[in-house]
Amino acid sequence: MSNSTTTEFTVRVQAEDFDVLAETEILAKGRKDVGAIVTFTGLCRDEGGTLEALELEHYPGMAEAQISKFAQQAVERWPLTGLTIIHRFGKIPPGDNIVLVIATSSHRRAAFEASDFLMDFLKTQAPFWKKEHLKEASEGTWVEAKAVDDADAARWDEQKTK
Amino acid sequence: MKIRYFAWLRERTGTSEETIELPETVKTAGELMIWLAARDEGYAFAFEQPETIRIAVNQEHVEEDHVLSGTEEVAFFPPMTGG
Repeated sequence: MSNSTTTEFTVRVQAEDFDVLAETEILAKGRKDVGAIVTFTGLCRDEGGTLEALELEHYPGMAEAQISKFAQQAVERWPLTGLTIIHRFGKIPPGDNIVLVIATSSHRRAAFEASDFLMDFLKTQAPFWKKEHLKEASEGTWVEAKAVDDADAARWDEQKTK
Repeated sequence: MKIRYFAWLRERTGTSEETIELPETVKTAGELMIWLAARDEGYAFAFEQPETIRIAVNQEHVEEDHVLSGTEEVAFFPPMTGG
């Protein structure tokens, strides 16, 4: 087993949409050591037809830094061959993409776990805030953080100390 | 020092960022919240439940007992809801 170099990763925080296939191809093209690609795409739900749009506010600079911190932990913890994380901000209508995580590895387990880990930390530690704009309301309301998201993130600490 | 506010803290204070001189009586990020809350009604509303507010100093998460020097960028915001 050689583990001399750490896998590089890509982190982008942007207003524009992303292309899942194009981003996946960047990680897999021309390589023969990739045996597994896991992509997670988070989309904006319409909440039963009531939602006009989600507005995502972020802390520029800190958002990139926090995501990169957890991306670094992921490439140190799992044997990944590639990792890309893209998080959008701004006004996002139902059906549009919000977040993308792509993890590639020689075997599936590392790719699944790293993606799961990153999504848990994006939800609770990356400085983004969602405001819901409903069709029937003149003012938006801030989405409240969920305790279940904190519990999900805490799972990875428990596993670490086992 | 620069102070930044996000989400409903930005809305309630009516400010996204401002520069202040750290008062000598204020030592920690938690004390800064109490000092800011005493400014006016908007700030009082923003900081009415300080235990729910998250703090970052120089873009790193910290706790309310974090000691300030007066040259940092401090940010106050609600629990994060990204992803």
